[in-house]
Amino acid sequence: MPGSTPLQSQHRSKMAALSSPLRVCRGILKELRAIQGPSYKKSLAYNYIMDQFRKNKVTGEKYCRAKQEAHHASHTYLCLLASTRNHLVLHNLYHGKGERSPEEVAGLVGLRLPTQPGGKGWEK
Amino acid sequence: MLRCIVRLQSQVGNAFSLSKVCPRNQYYECVARYSAATAERKRFYQDVSISQSEGGLYEINLDQRKLKTPGGKLFTVPNEALAIAVATEWDAQRDTLKFYTMHLTTLCNTALDNPTQRSKEQMITAALKFLETDTICYRVDEPHGLVELQRNEWDPVLQWIEKRYNVTIGSSASILGPEIPEATKDTLRQHLKSHNFWSLTGLEYVITQLKSIVLSLGMIDRHLSVEQAVLLSRLEEEYQIRRWGNVEWAHDYDMYELRARTAAGALFVHLTSESSTVKHKLLQD
Repeated sequence: MPGSTPLQSQHRSKMAALSSPLRVCRGILKELRAIQGPSYKKSLAYNYIMDQFRKNKVTGEKYCRAKQEAHHASHTYLCLLASTRNHLVLHNLYHGKGERSPEEVAGLVGLRLPTQPGGKGWEK
Repeated sequence: MLRCIVRLQSQVGNAFSLSKVCPRNQYYECVARYSAATAERKRFYQDVSISQSEGGLYEINLDQRKLKTPGGKLFTVPNEALAIAVATEWDAQRDTLKFYTMHLTTLCNTALDNPTQRSKEQMITAALKFLETDTICYRVDEPHGLVELQRNEWDPVLQWIEKRYNVTIGSSASILGPEIPEATKDTLRQHLKSHNFWSLTGLEYVITQLKSIVLSLGMIDRHLSVEQAVLLSRLEEEYQIRRWGNVEWAHDYDMYELRARTAAGALFVHLTSESSTVKHKLLQD
């Protein structure tokens, strides 16, 4: 990527390891394995990704536009998978669990809600 | 529930009069609706697969049933790559369906249903509105470190876009923001018009997330990566994090969510744009 500013280069040094297609491919496969478990090689995504990487590997030109586009797209997809996973991890770790239902609340102090045989007036 | 409270405050202001102000059935209906929205759907399918229909469109199958949009239409996407990505999202769900992690599915649903009935022109106008208050163009006067940072990080992107689209967008530290000439808006409007409806849905989504047209176009034109665009969009936050420390449950949470949404939007735009030859006419390479 052209023009490395100081802040970007700090972050890029974290990302520099990802800029080669091989690393991006490995990253995507790792994410797919995290999603799908040991049978990830049979998934649709795996076959498609491997196809795309193989197709774009062989090119005679130094600057091949389709290759650049594919590389950017693969990097974007890796970012999508990794950040969704991280977001979900943080969500499960920190996000509130919501309110308890009235039955649970009553159960906390050892009580039970009364049952009304005819149903309550506003229930359908 | 909120309606009841607003009426309460305007009329009585006494908490004990709730049952008088708000009829009982309305109150409990509000509660029932809220708890229905938070009830989670369990994963009800084993396999996810894709199939192609006669029109060349791809559909998603959950076990044997075809996926439908929230509006009831059949869920179809124009190409295979997008279908596979959506299928992977559905496959990634474990015990419960967490729709807030399925960004590509949400984007497809929006493009298919168009629930707010927007036309291309309305979306383009809404997107261009962001230009007047573009993140990149709004500068601060102090603290000095942030001013430096903004100049070093954002100016190169501004220069890039001015060269690429042959437009003038300045930066400004005043409260009114920069003066954007009409010619700039027209050029960008032409460029946005060249996207088809699906591609424009994705692009407008990205602009709304990043709060900046400049960064969005920079990322869509592959000048910036997703991580770089998100970093530049959150520049002031990053500055404050360096100064005061990082709070994982707020900063990292927001960053990953922004990255996920932006990456989904960018991928959506790339996969739904027909070809890049139309863009060539407007570039000054």
